Amino acid sequence: MPSFEFSGKTIETDDEGYLQTLDNWNKEIAEYLAKEEGITLTEKHWELIDWVRDYFFKFQVAPAIKSLIKEVGKLENLPDKKEANKFVYELFPEGPAKQLAKIAGLPKPTGCV
Amino acid sequence: MAKSKDKYKVPVLDGKISIPRIVPGAFAYEHMIEAQKDDMEALDFPAKLQDGWKEKAIGVFKEILDHNKAVRDYMDICVRCGACTDKCQFFLGTADPNNMPVQRQELMRKVYRYYFTPAGFFKNLSNSQELTEEVLKDWYTYFWQCSECRRCSLYCPYGIDTAEITMAARQIMDSIGIGQKYTTEIIHKVFKIGNNIGIPPAALRNTLDDLEEEINEETGKDVKIPMDVEGAEVLLVPPSADFFAMPHMESLKGYAKVFHKSGISYTVSSYASEAGNFGKFIGSYKNTKEINKRIWDEAKRLKVKRVVIGECGHAWRAAYNYSNTMNGPFNFLDSRYKQPAHICDFTLGLVKDGVIKLDPSANDDKVVTFHDSCNVARGSRMGDVPGGQLTIPRELIKAAANHFVELREGTTKENTYCCGGGGGLLTEEVMNVRIAGAMPRMQTVKEAVDNHKVNYYALICAICKTQFTKIFPLYGFDAEMVGGIHQLVSNAIIM
Repeated sequence: MPSFEFSGKTIETDDEGYLQTLDNWNKEIAEYLAKEEGITLTEKHWELIDWVRDYFFKFQVAPAIKSLIKEVGKLENLPDKKEANKFVYELFPEGPAKQLAKIAGLPKPTGCV
Repeated sequence: MAKSKDKYKVPVLDGKISIPRIVPGAFAYEHMIEAQKDDMEALDFPAKLQDGWKEKAIGVFKEILDHNKAVRDYMDICVRCGACTDKCQFFLGTADPNNMPVQRQELMRKVYRYYFTPAGFFKNLSNSQELTEEVLKDWYTYFWQCSECRRCSLYCPYGIDTAEITMAARQIMDSIGIGQKYTTEIIHKVFKIGNNIGIPPAALRNTLDDLEEEINEETGKDVKIPMDVEGAEVLLVPPSADFFAMPHMESLKGYAKVFHKSGISYTVSSYASEAGNFGKFIGSYKNTKEINKRIWDEAKRLKVKRVVIGECGHAWRAAYNYSNTMNGPFNFLDSRYKQPAHICDFTLGLVKDGVIKLDPSANDDKVVTFHDSCNVARGSRMGDVPGGQLTIPRELIKAAANHFVELREGTTKENTYCCGGGGGLLTEEVMNVRIAGAMPRMQTVKEAVDNHKVNYYALICAICKTQFTKIFPLYGFDAEMVGGIHQLVSNAIIM
């Protein structure tokens, strides 16, 4: 199984770099995963990371894109959905479904997404 | 780990579809991530290659030949005329000769000749080949660069259904423990949770609540998307991407508005929350049947009268072509209606009967074109007359939008190209295969954009929608152009 070394600990991932175990995630590992994606985490990134993690623990799946956009609309006061969508893609250029999930330590979404 | 766009090999578009000079082994490096142990075991496959795999593989090969006479015929009757060679988008895009349909099939035929024909006795004289790990490696590489789209079959003078050969090869590989992660993980999720994405009931309800709220904000109407309601008239089964991804969710809004305005009661199901059937992709009759059965078990449990399938290409093929023989008869449903019905057929019927009204001027900002999805165009039918799968989606688009143009002749209807992501290829590790496979279609998109200012690319397949949303920006087009037919309906329906 692929893995990386972090603070003296071996962190296992799947073949695409998503954490194998939810419990292995912490804020420092998120910073590391984000850096690997070429992203420096800001307060705005953290708001979404925290929200999708809360959602995942409540519902056992990452949020649908429209639910995420709705939340961003509230958090950032962006009622226009196109603006909110643009905002998300500026933070996570490869798309929220996969890049945000990876940094938030969630499993890779499967299916036709 | 970072997926930078410059890592991808994106061809420059010139609007031409030309036959490439062959480059042997050009895409031999492409490799699907192998299946995980628990997924393989959940699907009744061994987790990995085990002692005795060769005998097992040949045994399964023989079972397929005995059970599926068509596959045996396909093994025997190819005369290598070459009509298929330049018809495959993956050959056109990769230039790898093993992606010529005839050559890809030869990877299997040479093994067939070794074990199942007299040619096997004359090993040095005939083009026959023992099944070795080296051969298996080629199978795994190239039978996973075919999207089972059947474009080559259309041009084959013998009617050889290449998809059946790819499916047989994948079935043999799975049976000895060589599986692909993407498809097996998804099938396992359907059995565990009910859909490809893994959306449990509470999450699905939450998503539908958010969608209802959005429709309400936009229309001022109290449109409901009911879930698990016993006694509804219609069970609506969309692909689960319609509950999760964009632009898919816009079509779900369209379906909801159509049901609302027609007054026909309906429900989605948290158990049968997936129209897609990846069992087909891996050629597994058993898994295809089990996934399909969920829809009909749920129709019975919820006591509905009709089943309607959402915008999803292979889902429609799996539901329309196979339901009756796999899990029928459906004598508990209303015999006055087609079972199942396609959502486009359902909506167009309501438009024609005057039950719902569309205002096409709502889409006047769009020049729409339509990409026929392979599994619908070449693999099924729709409605009451032959060719309905080609005419019904177009009629519905024209009812919902004033400006419609066709893509280049010879690449539409039954001649359509695959999006490049079908058949279990819609996964990141083979992004270069997907980009290459989309190339012929993208040449025609460029032409449509340049000549007709097309700015809306209408689809009725969840895989096509995801594939093109990813592929369009890589080729320099706006991902926002990609959308469903029911997204147009959603804009145009008079509420």
